[in-house]
Amino acid sequence: MTRYASELPAIRVHKLHKHFGDLHALQGVDLEVQQGEFFALLGPNGAGKTTLISILAGLARADAGDAQVLGHDVVKDYRAARQLLGVVPQELVYDPFFTVREGLRIQSGYFGLRRNDDWIDEVMANLDLLDKADRNMRTLSGGMKRRVLVAQALVHKPPVIILDEPTAGVDVELRQSLWAFIRRLNEQGHTIVLTTHYLEEAQTLCNRIAMLKQGRVVALDSTANLLNSVSERYLRLKLEPDRLPPDLQSCAVSHADGFQVLALKQFADLEPMLAQLRSAGICIKEMELTQPDLEDVFVQIMGRAG
Amino acid sequence: MIAFYTLLYKELLRFWKVAFQTVLAPVITALLYLLIFSHVLEAHVQVYPGVGYTAFLIPGLVMMSMLQNAFANSSSSLIQSKITGNIVFMLLPPLSYLQFFGAYMLAAAVRGIVVGAGVFVVTVAFTTTPVLHPLWLIAFALLGTGVMGALGIIAGIWAEKFDQLAAFQNFLIMPLTFLSGVFYSIHSLPPFWQAVSRYNPVFYMIDGFRYGFFGVADVAPQLSLLVVGVCFVALSAFTLILLKSGYKLRH
Repeated sequence: MTRYASELPAIRVHKLHKHFGDLHALQGVDLEVQQGEFFALLGPNGAGKTTLISILAGLARADAGDAQVLGHDVVKDYRAARQLLGVVPQELVYDPFFTVREGLRIQSGYFGLRRNDDWIDEVMANLDLLDKADRNMRTLSGGMKRRVLVAQALVHKPPVIILDEPTAGVDVELRQSLWAFIRRLNEQGHTIVLTTHYLEEAQTLCNRIAMLKQGRVVALDSTANLLNSVSERYLRLKLEPDRLPPDLQSCAVSHADGFQVLALKQFADLEPMLAQLRSAGICIKEMELTQPDLEDVFVQIMGRAG
Repeated sequence: MIAFYTLLYKELLRFWKVAFQTVLAPVITALLYLLIFSHVLEAHVQVYPGVGYTAFLIPGLVMMSMLQNAFANSSSSLIQSKITGNIVFMLLPPLSYLQFFGAYMLAAAVRGIVVGAGVFVVTVAFTTTPVLHPLWLIAFALLGTGVMGALGIIAGIWAEKFDQLAAFQNFLIMPLTFLSGVFYSIHSLPPFWQAVSRYNPVFYMIDGFRYGFFGVADVAPQLSLLVVGVCFVALSAFTLILLKSGYKLRH
């Protein structure tokens, strides 16, 4: 795919404000997404994710601040900005007049592309849509319509792709094939920005994450740093006999389902714990170490920002 | 230009795919008007010397069908796209407001003219209608469908539900087209209603269009062309301002 000056951010948003009546939907959002990133935009409903995406896509206009796609202002230079951007909207929309292939050809045409069938076929093949190519959009299931929406966003091979909850209400099979395809596009150099409520998807796929709450960015860091920001790890132990030596009582968090749960501040604490169990003559029947996941981080950050 | 042609193609394909409803139905409606009114009035009414009532009625019906269908095309396409949400397919790409305007206007004109031609063709069975000034006829057909195409875009952008569009259509477009001299010469009206008719721009569209056929009209065709031309320019400018501002399309 075409390379753009590497110092140019794929997306740059500066002091962005947006009101809807009394609602201050975006309250000075600053954000940069670098080229080639797989970036997640997370936040509860009403946090401003879709508003932010709408402004980048030109579907909404900011009250103040500016937004750029690969250096092109989304208002002043909207044609270049939109040419570089592919957006999968959150709403499951379709045009009931056309077949899948007609819709994709028309969408290609809007981006100035004629005879785009090779790429259209490739996108359809990757999204498992080829056998539906000549079916009217009306006749497709919800999951299939979602696939077509993804295909429509990709017809012009945009270097920057935004997916607004693309897996909402979608079955596991499509999720897996969709992410495999999007990952390939990312490996080829496409920048991916994703919103999702499935935090494990963001954790697995994205290298950097922004969290929004009530129109503000409340966290912005690499996925690894965000995960490390939550210190608690838990050691779940099934013991024989089922009791803790007195020295370990202070670490106990809970005792349920036959498991003693101990807080583990750092990995270095693990060995002394095991030694204490050994010297107390207690055997370990089962052991699990639970790592903090993005959901823990999300809950903690949202609670803190509250 | 590919983007513009694509949007135009999409708009044409859209109405063509439902041609029973968008082309054939209005032709049949016009045919029914012709059957009934010509049957009742042919023997009693002669509007212009040497022009039978059926022949008089045909240009009016053709123009009325063109105008109503031009309006219906742009307005219904837009409101459907807005309500179903698929308007984002047109808002996300780098289409300019001029391309958007041009494609919707042209598609509206094409639909209007296809329906008008259909109505004219079926009326051949009833009487022969002369075409004395084809250039006038073409000018009024293009400007008239243009005015209605623009009004359709305005209505489609403004309306947020089908009910509001229906109100626009039934309380504005229908009275304007029916009370414009399709079925009569305004000279047959009482002075008050004659004066009112002169404020109806659709009257000038019908009258000018009829001049293209018979070479006679209620008012001078130059005046009609001026009125219709001014309406076209004013409504087009207003539509372009709306589209450029993103009114009700880009929030």
